[in-house]
Amino acid sequence: MTGNTTMKLILHVWRQQKRSTAADFKQDGRMVRYELDGVSPDMSFLEMLDVLNERLIRKGEEPIVFDHDCREGICGSCSLMIDGEPHGPQSGTTTCQLHMRSFRDGAEIWIEPWRAKAFPVVKDLMVDRSAFDRVVQAGAFISVNTGVSQDANAIPVPKADADRAFDAATCIGCGACVAACKNASAMLFVGAKVSHFLHLPQGRVERETRARNLVAAMDKEGFGNCTNQNECEAACPKEIPVRVIAEMNREFLRAKAVEEPPSKKRVGGDG
Amino acid sequence: MKLDSKIPSGAIHEKWSNRKFELKLVNPANKRKYKVLVVGSGLAGASAAASLAELGYQVECFCFQDSPRRAHSIAAQGGINAAKNYRNDGDSVYRLFYDTVKGGDFRAREANVYRLAELSVNIIDQAVAQGVPFAREYGGLLDNRSFGGAQVSRTFYARGQTGQQLLLGAYAALSRQIGQRAVKMFPRTEMLDVVVVDGHAKGIVVRDLQTGEIRTHAADAVVLCTGGYGNVFYLSTNAKNCNVTATWRAHRRGAGFANPCYTQIHPTCIPVSGDHQSKLTLMSESLRNDGRVWVPLKKGDKRKAADIPDNERDYYLERKYPSFGNLAPRDIASRAAMTVCDEGRGIGDTGLGVYLDFRDSIQRLGKDAIAARYGNLFHMYAKITAEDPYSQPMRIFPAVHYTMGGLWVDYDLQSTIPGLFVCGEANFSDHGANRLGASALMQGLADGYFVIPYTIGGYLAGQKPGSVDGKRPEFAQAAANVAEMTKRLLGIKGKRTVDDFHRTLGKIMWSKCGMARSEKGLREAIAAIQALRGEFWQDVRVLGDGMTINQSLEKAGRVADFLEFGELMCRDALERRESCGGHFRDEWQDDGEARRDDQNFCHAAVWEHKGAPKDAVRHQEQLHFENVHLAVRSYK
Repeated sequence: MTGNTTMKLILHVWRQQKRSTAADFKQDGRMVRYELDGVSPDMSFLEMLDVLNERLIRKGEEPIVFDHDCREGICGSCSLMIDGEPHGPQSGTTTCQLHMRSFRDGAEIWIEPWRAKAFPVVKDLMVDRSAFDRVVQAGAFISVNTGVSQDANAIPVPKADADRAFDAATCIGCGACVAACKNASAMLFVGAKVSHFLHLPQGRVERETRARNLVAAMDKEGFGNCTNQNECEAACPKEIPVRVIAEMNREFLRAKAVEEPPSKKRVGGDG
Repeated sequence: MKLDSKIPSGAIHEKWSNRKFELKLVNPANKRKYKVLVVGSGLAGASAAASLAELGYQVECFCFQDSPRRAHSIAAQGGINAAKNYRNDGDSVYRLFYDTVKGGDFRAREANVYRLAELSVNIIDQAVAQGVPFAREYGGLLDNRSFGGAQVSRTFYARGQTGQQLLLGAYAALSRQIGQRAVKMFPRTEMLDVVVVDGHAKGIVVRDLQTGEIRTHAADAVVLCTGGYGNVFYLSTNAKNCNVTATWRAHRRGAGFANPCYTQIHPTCIPVSGDHQSKLTLMSESLRNDGRVWVPLKKGDKRKAADIPDNERDYYLERKYPSFGNLAPRDIASRAAMTVCDEGRGIGDTGLGVYLDFRDSIQRLGKDAIAARYGNLFHMYAKITAEDPYSQPMRIFPAVHYTMGGLWVDYDLQSTIPGLFVCGEANFSDHGANRLGASALMQGLADGYFVIPYTIGGYLAGQKPGSVDGKRPEFAQAAANVAEMTKRLLGIKGKRTVDDFHRTLGKIMWSKCGMARSEKGLREAIAAIQALRGEFWQDVRVLGDGMTINQSLEKAGRVADFLEFGELMCRDALERRESCGGHFRDEWQDDGEARRDDQNFCHAAVWEHKGAPKDAVRHQEQLHFENVHLAVRSYK
């Protein structure tokens, strides 16, 4: 426990009133400087922003808008570029789980939204990540309707495979990988989806269509490509490994090599 | 208010089959003519929306988050129960049913609980087929662990994030339907009213949180899957934006609200560290499989945990409940923690905490085995507290976690407003006065995947599709009311922030309607809430306008509803003159154990709105126990 000492901070926060339209983001908003004292080292980063917002409201200034919800590192709502790093300086940690004890008293902190073409800023620090949802809708699922499944233990899955699938499935869809990448590539996110299903027998049935459709959707949304800098892995609060990108590339190439789906000439019933 | 529970005829194990056969069907070609609105995209909402779309209904789904994947089901840690009996340890559908009825302290409807236990096995099958990566053993088959209130291992889990993995399964199913244009998804859209036409729910009013636009959507039926009301306490393990607004506004439109006083206080959360605290973090109940709960034997013992020898420690759960030990149900474990803290034996700076100690398990199994089971939870604990739970015990304290009360529904999950269905935590149906661990995920998914797809057909078959369109005056009127409330909140321009009011309300609720309640305290709470509500409407400060994202405005609407709801909750707690499950009245106890009054309170209390919380009328649905005999609930 850190006792009763409090900290004083200087914050520079991106303020933006309207949704981004310009390609040059600098036209849409600006950094605003705030001084904040009485910060407890036991506060989370978002609780520190809560305190600032309460003071702004009392002064008659509009509070800073930022996405947040569960505040326990799993919903993926919170974002924030803190001193140039997605989710701040601590590895394997979302902004909501970052505590002020990670900063020194008197620190000057720069807080910005995710910056990526596919993630337009909505207001202040809030961005639109619906591109991720659209990628998922293109094929990050197993096509099984409710009620048609067999007994859960009918297909054994080697533990190592299940664990590999799990490691990929821990992705919380926060977008830190995109924000960290100089190309604003979503390949860690998309690779995690591919890898999750690839290592499960249930997911293999649709592997080719999934790889093709997810890559196409990712490109359509305007995410960039991977140039092997591995910044995404370093920024990922769930520490998803870049091997998922290699797996995705391999799956994509494999899908290219496998024949396109048979033609749909014979539509219509047999009886 | 008429409460017809529509419990089907027949023996308990035949009821659901009988009901499914009785329900009228909608011809496959006609399904596409019906539109269903699903509000909420958590386990219940996502599974309902996906399953209804798969059947062929037109579905529109709404969530206030930026993505349906972020609904708070995502945060569930420990697991999901199912009567698979994969462990060969004597489990069965009947045993899960029995444990759940007993766990709920005999305040749930038997028929619903039996159906839940029956469907539990299908959920696991469904989830595995979707690619949910449950924990597995080396043989490749699914692993199980134990949870509170049961003596069998029936809990399936996915490390410490079972909720996220199950929700991603349901979200994937939903996304597939969105991609096929069978579901139209409306993220960052908050439901603010139900539109009732000729006595039936035929639409909703929503606010687009990004543009401020207030819109109406017309449909043939509405399904609310909007979660619980734990945030009435301000501090809880719920996500910050969880709220009672959808269910409360439905209640104002005529839906009965059942048992609002039933709230679950979870025994193992990280203690509060200061006034800045914005939410509480749960430490999964699964930790009690290997962690031992204790406090010092002596009052005010301020030595470090490691310096207190075993004979000066009180492992009070093992002492008081030898057959269940550290896996006593949540309500009992929470109350026991409160008792030792009241005795002055609590630990930490505040004295509001107990230890959850892994020393013995680490000695027995090794650090690696414990890390494999709970690594991410230990990591989370270390991050929040800056303490290492491998070398010193965790400090834990009870916190509000789940709400068993909710909108009253019949066996078909239909509320007292025809056409308005309620699934998941938002309804009151299956957990009685206390929910057992790993049963919330089970209920949300049972409702969404396997109940509502059948029962909604029974309603729709009797309705002409598209019989009501959005041009009916009820729609414009409801939208105007919402716009008026928004304008009013922005126009007060007072001095106090929304959070300030919310925090004050939370303190009232926690101290007077929390773990222990009394007639005197509840009366004081009701007066205090009424006064606070008056101040709110005079003095709240909501800056900005209603035309862009305005988080203060969103919060203000939710807190306004909590300020009404909180009063009803206290009234319900006041009128229930017994102790049962999570509802503990100081006046009705036997040495700290809840004393039920089956003579007078073996019923669900259902409140009918009459203009203000103080005027709400209390109705009763009598509960009949034909299979599990009413008995004193003992875990000794």
